Amino acid sequence: MSQKHMTRKATRHVNQNEGLIFEKSSPGKAAFRLPPLDVPEVDTAALLGSSERKDLGNLPEVSEIEIIHHFTRMSTWNYAIDLGMYPLGSCTMKYNPRVNEVVSRLDGIANAHPYQPEKISQGALRIIKTLSECLIEITGMDAITLQPAAGAHGEFTGLLMVRAYHDSKGAPRKKVLIPDSAHGTNPATAAMVGYAVENLKSNASGMVDIAALEAQMNEDVAALMLTNPNTLGVFEQEIHKIADILHAKGGLLYMDGANMNALVGKVRPGDFGVDVMHLNLHKTFSTPHGGGGPGSGPVAIRKTLEPFLPSPVLISKSDGTLGFDYNRPQSVGRVRSFYGNFGMFVRALAYILANGPDGLRQTTEDAVLNANYIRKGLEGTYDLPYASASMHEVVFSDKVQAKKGARTMDIAKRLIDYGFHPYTTAFPLIVPGALMIEPTESESKEELDLFLEAMKSIAEEVEEDADVVRTAPHSTRVARLDETAAARKPILRWKPSV
Amino acid sequence: MRYLPKSPADREAMLKTIGVRSIDDLFAPIPAEYRLNRDLKVPRQMAESEIVDWFRERSRENGDGHATFLGAGAYSHYRPVIIDTLISRGEFLTAYTPYQAEISQGTLQSIFEFQTMICELTGMEVANASMYDGSTAAAEAVMMAVRLTGRRAVAVARSVHPEYREVLSTYAFHQGMPLATLPFSDDGRIDLKALDESITTDTACVLIQSPNFFGNLEDVNALAEMAHRKGAMLVMAIAEAVSLGIVEPPRAADIIAMEAQSFGVPLGFGGPYCGVIATREQFVRQMPGRLVGQTTDRSGKRGFVLTLATREQHIRREKATSNICTNQALVALMVNIFMNVYGKVGLKELARQNLAKATYAAQQFSKHARVLFPGSPRFNEFVVETSEDPYAINSRLLGHKIVGGLPLKKFYPELGNAALWCCTELTTRSSIDTAVGLVAESERSVKTSKEEAAEEVTR
Repeated sequence: MSQKHMTRKATRHVNQNEGLIFEKSSPGKAAFRLPPLDVPEVDTAALLGSSERKDLGNLPEVSEIEIIHHFTRMSTWNYAIDLGMYPLGSCTMKYNPRVNEVVSRLDGIANAHPYQPEKISQGALRIIKTLSECLIEITGMDAITLQPAAGAHGEFTGLLMVRAYHDSKGAPRKKVLIPDSAHGTNPATAAMVGYAVENLKSNASGMVDIAALEAQMNEDVAALMLTNPNTLGVFEQEIHKIADILHAKGGLLYMDGANMNALVGKVRPGDFGVDVMHLNLHKTFSTPHGGGGPGSGPVAIRKTLEPFLPSPVLISKSDGTLGFDYNRPQSVGRVRSFYGNFGMFVRALAYILANGPDGLRQTTEDAVLNANYIRKGLEGTYDLPYASASMHEVVFSDKVQAKKGARTMDIAKRLIDYGFHPYTTAFPLIVPGALMIEPTESESKEELDLFLEAMKSIAEEVEEDADVVRTAPHSTRVARLDETAAARKPILRWKPSV
Repeated sequence: MRYLPKSPADREAMLKTIGVRSIDDLFAPIPAEYRLNRDLKVPRQMAESEIVDWFRERSRENGDGHATFLGAGAYSHYRPVIIDTLISRGEFLTAYTPYQAEISQGTLQSIFEFQTMICELTGMEVANASMYDGSTAAAEAVMMAVRLTGRRAVAVARSVHPEYREVLSTYAFHQGMPLATLPFSDDGRIDLKALDESITTDTACVLIQSPNFFGNLEDVNALAEMAHRKGAMLVMAIAEAVSLGIVEPPRAADIIAMEAQSFGVPLGFGGPYCGVIATREQFVRQMPGRLVGQTTDRSGKRGFVLTLATREQHIRREKATSNICTNQALVALMVNIFMNVYGKVGLKELARQNLAKATYAAQQFSKHARVLFPGSPRFNEFVVETSEDPYAINSRLLGHKIVGGLPLKKFYPELGNAALWCCTELTTRSSIDTAVGLVAESERSVKTSKEEAAEEVTR
């Protein structure tokens, strides 16, 4: 890396090598000790007969300090929001407050069994009720279920309710309209619910093409699945027209709430015609995503859909206590065991309480401010395919840099050398060579300035010596892993060498 | 707001750079009539200490400090402290999905190890990076069998967790998959004759659970043989992962849907938990969920990447194997660390202790009440039938800060006053003795009042 382009954000440093845990295992090492048994020992062979397991194969045998070394060393190979900006557009990584972790580990919360009597579950039920009320207020909807385990699971639940709604009217419908800018989960979900997917093209501003929608809308369409702001970070300004077109023909407006972090405290989907929507608690409400999950995907709905909520539904009983109602004859059924990812509810509620109405609004404003600051800073350096105003994220394209042979993925990989996590590459699909940047509200002006400096520096490198960018990253433990080989001859587990 | 890293001056400077007068200018695209011009009606901003107090209060209202005999798909096992130490590292806790392999090797390698250990435990050849939970994993495993066999119908044992069955019927309903439910026989296991009759040429798979919902081990080999003979697959759910420390893994099954909550995941009132699907190598391209594979980088160094993504929604959209995107990576990390702590020897010892406690408890209960489904092996759960309503007995037990077994009426009306009891390594002999004592007392008093009533009649 040339000195000129050394980054101010990061410095290379030594990190530890570490093999697979199986390679450290040897018989006789152990990291556990059980207390003495206070009941008689049993003869397992007599109890289990031929079902008795004799051997646990290649499970490791290691000591406690080796486990600490192992995972701590591996952890240092990860980038994380705690280290800095994580501008992964659409995925949204905001700060995960630590008080959330503390309260979710309180004894009565962490150790509550889902089937313990309601009498001693009032604390958990109160948490569910309070969070539900907050989310209903934030979305402007009428009712909610917290049962879905993640955003895509929420989409599934929401579309099941759409389906049950149309079925209840004696007029089942066949298809769901999905804009070409949508997340891949939308069409995959529609298919799981048994709907045909019909693509809806975007107009020149990257928004829903109203004329196309009008032409495609008919009595076969159950719903439109719309992300708002959409995946370009653009608010669908004609949202009221969109809702009217759907409603006029008996269809429903489903909102993918992945980008709700652009709206909280400023505008409510229930006020602009949405009938059903899901939220991603890990995105808008700060629950940790820990390398890919857990999530939580509450679904908020209009009153007309309430009979179809997944069972059970939380209710206030006549004696003033809270409980679950399992008698829901029109329910779409259960989508998950127990009540959903309760631990995520605790964290999301702690986040809402820490913010209050003023904090939530300021959070949204800062997220939009940050995205627009990035847009302003990089306009002119990177191509901006859609000029429409940006909300919480901005999408550039690699059009200028691609001419020199550096694609969005190359620029993303080069960002790693500058100490940043890459933005989202090659999505949304309507932008060839997309750079989708979402800073979130969690970044300071200093961090944003460092990011702008890095992006501009990379653009300069592309002009001067595109190879530096094309072969990036240069500073990581491993670089440009062979994904084709991984998929062609998959090695999905470790095996002892013979 | 304490989480926001900006001073008013920063905001002013940024607005100036952008070239707008006020923040509201940036929200101009939202039609004015929809903009919210008031505060949200949510609780006011709280100090950290107030938040902790609020949740402490909820924790106290929530059975804080009770011993439990509840299992039924959510198990109370000891969680080694290093689990939370390690998962609290920001590099694990606050990383997103490992899309950028170069700076995600920690997450990727640990998932690769997780997949390996799940294979070792279940006797399968491949395992995915996790699913939401055991119930959704079971439903997805069944749909996988439907795709693999090209058949539509599914036979489900009634001894599978009732909520897993409910989730499956939600998933199956809109796919138009006919579901047949298989009864259990006197030993609590699937009625083999009924099974044999229910499998047709359109049966994609048989879904079983072992240990089943009553704690009994199904005869997996016999069931697999029966299913395979008619070209159907055997899909097996495992809700109590600790059983694998001492129970032969279901090598004859085709797809395993496992709930790994028992391995170091807090009960947490039902979630987040850790589902996982494991299967044979030949079926991997129909498996839902993320997979991590080993590869090399440009200098030939070993590394790990997300792989076989062409199964997934972000590539295949409506043709994907599932709509699943987010999984349970952080929870899978807990499971991974737990498996390291106990390892090859410890898991077996742990399972032995569970078996010993449950065996002792079942023996003690059987002196006073009926323990149902004898004659088939059990792991750490068993069903006790009392003369009195188990809810009444449980409410007296609560006075001793003990949560009794799960009354089964709600799920199995025909089982009357039966309740499902679970013992783990955390169950103490003294709480077993207390619970047995109360059941004994209840049986005595029912007997006495019956005798008194009988005397009344003779007089």
